[in-house]
Amino acid sequence: MAEPMKIRATLQGDVADVRVLMAHPMETGQRKDEAGKIVPLHFIQSITAQLNGKTVFSADVSQAVSRNPVFAFKVKGAKAGDKLSITWQDNHGDKRTDEIVIRAGS
Amino acid sequence: MKRALMLGMVAAIAATAPWLPAAAQTPDPTAAEFDKFREIMEQDNPAELFEVKGEEQWRARRGPSNVSLEQCDLGLGPGVVKGAYAQMPRYFADADRVMDAEARIVHCMITLQGFTYAELAKQPFSSLTRTPEPVSLVTYVAAQSRGMKLAAPQDHPKERATYETGKAMFFYRAGAFDFSCASCHGTDDKRIRTQPLPNFTKPEQAIRAVQGWPGYRMTGGVMHSLQWRLNDCFRQQRFPEPGYASETVSALLTYLTVNANGQVYRGPGIKR
Amino acid sequence: MRLASAVMLALAAPLLTSCATPPRDYRPDALAMMKRDFHARGIAGMDRLNEDAVQAACNKAQDNPPEEIAARLQKEQLAAIKWPAEGKLLGDWKSGERIAQNGRGMMWSDKGGEGGSCYNCHQIGPRESSFGSVGPSLYQFAKLRGYGADIQRYAYGKIYNAKAYNLCSQMPRFGHAGALTEEQMKDLTALLMDPASPVNQ
Repeated sequence: MAEPMKIRATLQGDVADVRVLMAHPMETGQRKDEAGKIVPLHFIQSITAQLNGKTVFSADVSQAVSRNPVFAFKVKGAKAGDKLSITWQDNHGDKRTDEIVIRAGS
Repeated sequence: MKRALMLGMVAAIAATAPWLPAAAQTPDPTAAEFDKFREIMEQDNPAELFEVKGEEQWRARRGPSNVSLEQCDLGLGPGVVKGAYAQMPRYFADADRVMDAEARIVHCMITLQGFTYAELAKQPFSSLTRTPEPVSLVTYVAAQSRGMKLAAPQDHPKERATYETGKAMFFYRAGAFDFSCASCHGTDDKRIRTQPLPNFTKPEQAIRAVQGWPGYRMTGGVMHSLQWRLNDCFRQQRFPEPGYASETVSALLTYLTVNANGQVYRGPGIKR
Repeated sequence: MRLASAVMLALAAPLLTSCATPPRDYRPDALAMMKRDFHARGIAGMDRLNEDAVQAACNKAQDNPPEEIAARLQKEQLAAIKWPAEGKLLGDWKSGERIAQNGRGMMWSDKGGEGGSCYNCHQIGPRESSFGSVGPSLYQFAKLRGYGADIQRYAYGKIYNAKAYNLCSQMPRFGHAGALTEEQMKDLTALLMDPASPVNQ
């Protein structure tokens, strides 16, 4: 059910500029479908980022965030070859983790 | 988050643009601001999620015949996807007609995988809860022509005839409102409400008919292709409905793409 | 000598033009393909693909028909306009503004006529900045042209059938096509012509 994310990390010195594109319907629980029924609440509740297994970022997310959201943040102390992994969890108990290896250069 | 950014940008534009009700004042700085906004949004385009999905579907065994699309010939030989989109629409001897990319994908799904046209044409456009396979597939195929110059061929007599037929359609006024495509897209510097209307008869503007499609539409978070775009054009033109993946749509796409030939296709885009 | 050169030029002319033969007329191919590929949906029937006399004249001449044809057809279109009773052409401008804002109607996704889509193409009132530029600005319409009965008649007539005044205008024929009712067209006329309308402030 959980679809893959697209993670991009560009290194500038020891700062990694990370952008994550996540596939998720992010239903607010207020929208009605074509038949007029409320579409149930279905959204990413938490996002964590780990650098070489150590948590560097942790966020609680609300249903106000848009569908297929982009999540951008900077991590200090990163270098080429580091493993960056992102995990999200939603209110249905669905979970997704994707990982990239940070590459040298922009 | 995207929505908040979009609202912020719209607010910024509304605050700075001088909306003087003088006769025929065209807010040019606004058009530039929207272009800049689109460029920023293109950096993390959710269309990429559909590119990935489309590639999965291309390689998966599907349909009654349980085969993948990896033998589908998009004009450059069976299975050659790189660069194919930029060289379509084109003539295909096995179908004896000119086909745009999505029509060709539909053809391959029918002939290779055993799907029927009826089931693919039943609900061919994306909704909030469903993205039809051909839409993800054409997004993947289009992405494989990213950065390439458009070169829809005009070598075969049927390719040339299709261009002329598409051109005749483009200028054909009919329907309850007497609209042709040219009514909106045949003159420079026009807009409908605040949406610019590129003049597709001119090469440097015709690129805007191709660039950005397939496109991720933020309104509703759906992926749409040119088949959807032309369908919605005819709806707004107060015409009846064109057949999905029909020759008519391929003809119009031939006219538009050939007009834009030589210009670089930047890949799937993002829309309001 | 002069006659000889004239004859030479007359003989050369067809040779010069035939070097770049324009493609034949593809309109019949286009129409045949559309008739095969389109289908009716909702209120949008296949009859909508047929050209009427005005559309045919404009299509044949790339929106630039010969004067005699234009004059004749414009006269016919004008004669077919149904004017409101007793020459009362002004309705309610507040309602007119709502009709001008409404872009729905006559599509296969609609149930019939609905709005006039006026802001799609025109600047009209002073408070709406989301206006199109396909047509000219209508801001201060009567203030600039006068409030007389003749201008009222022109405004109503143009909304009913724009082609009666300019055969190949891109403006739809709202009354002629049944897209707007008489009451709606009177409201739109008031939006443009009423001295109290914000358009004329």
